[in-house]
Amino acid sequence: MKVTVTVNGTDYTRVVEPRLLLIHFLRDELRLTGSHWGCDTSNCGACVVWLDETPVKSCTVLAVMADGRRIATVEGLARGGALDPVQEAFAACHGLQCGFCTPGMLMTARWLLDHNPDPTADEIREAISGQVCRCTGYENIVRSVLWAAKHDNAPEGEGDRHGPRLRVAPAQGGPAVHQGAGHVHR
Amino acid sequence: MLHGAILRSPLAHARIVSVDATAARGHPMVVAVLTGADLAERGLAWMPTLFGDLQSVLATDKVRFQGQEVAFVVATDRYAARDALELIAVDYEPLPPLMDALTALEPGAPAVREDLPGGNRVFDWSAGDKAAADAAFAAADVVVECDMLYPRSHPAPLETCGAIAEYDATSGRLTLWSTSQAPHAHRTMYAGLTGLPEHKIRIVSPDLGGGFGAKVPLYPGYVCAIAAAMETGRPVKWVEDRSESLMSTAFARDYHMHGEIAATADGEILGLRARVLADHGAFNAAAQPSKFPAGFFHIFTGSYQVRAAYCEVTGVFTNKAPGGVAYSCSFRVTEAVYLVERLTDMLAGRLGMDPAELRMRNLLRPEQFPYTSPTGWQYDSGEYPRALQLALDMAGYDKLRREQAERRARGEYMGIGLSFFTEAVGAGPRSKMDILGLGMADGADLRVHPTGKAVLSISVQSQGQGHETTFAQLVAHELGLSPDDVEVVHGDTDRTPYGLGTYGSRSTPVSGAAAVVVARKVRERARLVAAAMLEVSADDLDWQDGKWRVRGDPDQALGVGEIAMAAHSSLELPAGVEGHLDASAVYNPPNLTFPFGAYICVTDVDPGTGEVKVRRFIAVDDCGVRINPMIVEGQVHRGLADGIGIALMQVISFDEIGNCLGGSFMDYLLPTALECPSPELGATVTPSPHHPIGAKGIGESATVGSVPAVVNSVVDALAPFGVVHADMPLTPANVWLAIQGRPLRTDLSVS
Repeated sequence: MKVTVTVNGTDYTRVVEPRLLLIHFLRDELRLTGSHWGCDTSNCGACVVWLDETPVKSCTVLAVMADGRRIATVEGLARGGALDPVQEAFAACHGLQCGFCTPGMLMTARWLLDHNPDPTADEIREAISGQVCRCTGYENIVRSVLWAAKHDNAPEGEGDRHGPRLRVAPAQGGPAVHQGAGHVHR
Repeated sequence: MLHGAILRSPLAHARIVSVDATAARGHPMVVAVLTGADLAERGLAWMPTLFGDLQSVLATDKVRFQGQEVAFVVATDRYAARDALELIAVDYEPLPPLMDALTALEPGAPAVREDLPGGNRVFDWSAGDKAAADAAFAAADVVVECDMLYPRSHPAPLETCGAIAEYDATSGRLTLWSTSQAPHAHRTMYAGLTGLPEHKIRIVSPDLGGGFGAKVPLYPGYVCAIAAAMETGRPVKWVEDRSESLMSTAFARDYHMHGEIAATADGEILGLRARVLADHGAFNAAAQPSKFPAGFFHIFTGSYQVRAAYCEVTGVFTNKAPGGVAYSCSFRVTEAVYLVERLTDMLAGRLGMDPAELRMRNLLRPEQFPYTSPTGWQYDSGEYPRALQLALDMAGYDKLRREQAERRARGEYMGIGLSFFTEAVGAGPRSKMDILGLGMADGADLRVHPTGKAVLSISVQSQGQGHETTFAQLVAHELGLSPDDVEVVHGDTDRTPYGLGTYGSRSTPVSGAAAVVVARKVRERARLVAAAMLEVSADDLDWQDGKWRVRGDPDQALGVGEIAMAAHSSLELPAGVEGHLDASAVYNPPNLTFPFGAYICVTDVDPGTGEVKVRRFIAVDDCGVRINPMIVEGQVHRGLADGIGIALMQVISFDEIGNCLGGSFMDYLLPTALECPSPELGATVTPSPHHPIGAKGIGESATVGSVPAVVNSVVDALAPFGVVHADMPLTPANVWLAIQGRPLRTDLSVS
């Protein structure tokens, strides 16, 4: 099937098998290897990307379901050579060790701060609770997101402001994908 | 590049009657199919394990666990490779599986390994002085004993295992990009296995997505990728999926332990005894380098003055995945600490003593170090009471106990769990350990460029521990450079000196020592060059504030940056001094280092649902001198989360016919941010006397120490119900059943 997607602002068209997972499409077809494949079962969240404006676990989305839609991946966070505040935060606060979960954590963190610019630690924990980190015990991820929240709003230069960098246009009515990155209820 | 996929056995135990890959070979996108018979023709059907057993790469005779490797398909596309697996017809003759380790040695038990003479018995081993231990028990006022299981768990790094093999027939070179915590050791093993000369093999192990011990062993997938690359002449990629990882790669623990502790009526611990049945799965692939079959388990006297101790360990084969040590366990120190810390709490309960008071009374005193334990370990340094007191102070222990009493009066169940652990890390001295005969020394090469920028090449392998940072700091500190001016190279056997890799918290104790030793060699060489530059005797130079300075005239000083340029210049050097400052070193550790710590876990247990909420986790760690406190704390954070996961939810269990019940993250539950509290960390610093900068390892301390703290806390919460022990994982169901007095066999099924 033919798939046309806009990833980080660039249009791509590929002919793919209908069964191809979005994570494999991004990594193998588009060579965007920032998003990671960790579990196949929507539990670990290393593969979180944004589909339109919603974080999704791309291991459980078919590439063909993204046809005509916008995708934002970790590669799109930095702009013009400047890291997004959430990226700066993870470096500043030792928010990653092996780094495998980091792309998904960053995408969720960015989404959270866009919707809740001043989250509490508990709200951050809730937001990342559908994702697994095996290295940090989550503590420094929480600290990183708090740091990013503080620096997201800090003035930079003459009145310039770090705004949400990943704003994508509102969804254009594509098929519903129920793959929120929220807590997996056990 | 081609993509490989592994056909795995659906059965735990079956004879292979036939494997027919004809249809798979006819798939239009399939390039090759390898079966056990194909590998046998090439001498690759079996591979060595790290513990000297042989493990099947692709099964030839029978399958011995669910998920065992049976065939390998290579196709032009990863989905096609998976498709073709379904086209392979395997005729299995099912055999009764041996799933309960406790029955492995009974007459008539299914035979897992007909290829070995010992039946299902892997080993019998003992340590300590039995007569002395028996005498201590005979003299005791109180003896407490308990059966306890440290169930099978899996380290589950977020990145699974994988490899890309490329073989160049013209040059005869094999390059393997793989997930390896021990690339040099793997290279040597591949040379022995494939017959390729070792200098023609290159292992590249770039940044790993976590390891925790899972990436120490060789796995059949790596060997299949190599065999397929040599067969097809094209690069072959193999990456396992999560279920394959959980079902077939190295597990940890699986120790059925019977522990006994003997004491006087006023709480002096006199003796410890342990009898262990160790489930090693279908092959003895324990990823541990000690010369002892049960690793370091006989360090089970822990942190206490115990007059006598004796342990017996019997290892058995079962129809489960092989492995046995992986997962941040310091080669069975984890099991040993769990045993003694559970027993200590039970003893406190029996004596009616506070567990903190009982521990404080029996902890080794600072003046006893270096301390030789009853089972022969020589602890290097420790100030144990100071660490415990700090943890108690941080926790507000007395206040917590008062709160607990008030809550109990209201029918609320709050637990306070302590643990005190002594770790043994930095493998290791050759008298006690090796890997397949390879002694455990690690090399370091340090080059200093003319402009004073340095490149340190090390043998150990970061999986996220931040070696690039801490090793740069070590060299920078010794040479008066900025850490930014030191590049750390690792993870490529062509670019790094030989060494045995990262596991068992050995990077800082061994390779970190090598880095310091090589930097000091460079510094001494720089001294000679500086003397020539300043036209003074080298004996008149002192190293001070990062420079060589003329004694009595400290403003006459040269830094390594300036000296490096001179060493490369036409400066006349003293006789016998080569140009350049570059140096190499190999560090052969004289002993292990012994980090320690005191942990306190506060939980709230809902008696209606059995749900456990970890409210607080206080952790005081002493890992000697801390190179980078931020990284040390990050390591501790992880280990505390491990403790919550292992104690409360993570278990690889099986049903009676051998199905793995933990084969996905839907079933093998990992702690999320909601289960892990914000930890409260404290530190004491007791330098190691034999490490060049007094550092000890830290990577596994918290995994070792946290688990008994959580379990002790939950059992403490349940004390009003008369619960004195319940096996992990303390899931809501298991806690609830423990309250009802009906604890589960957690290794065979969980509800």
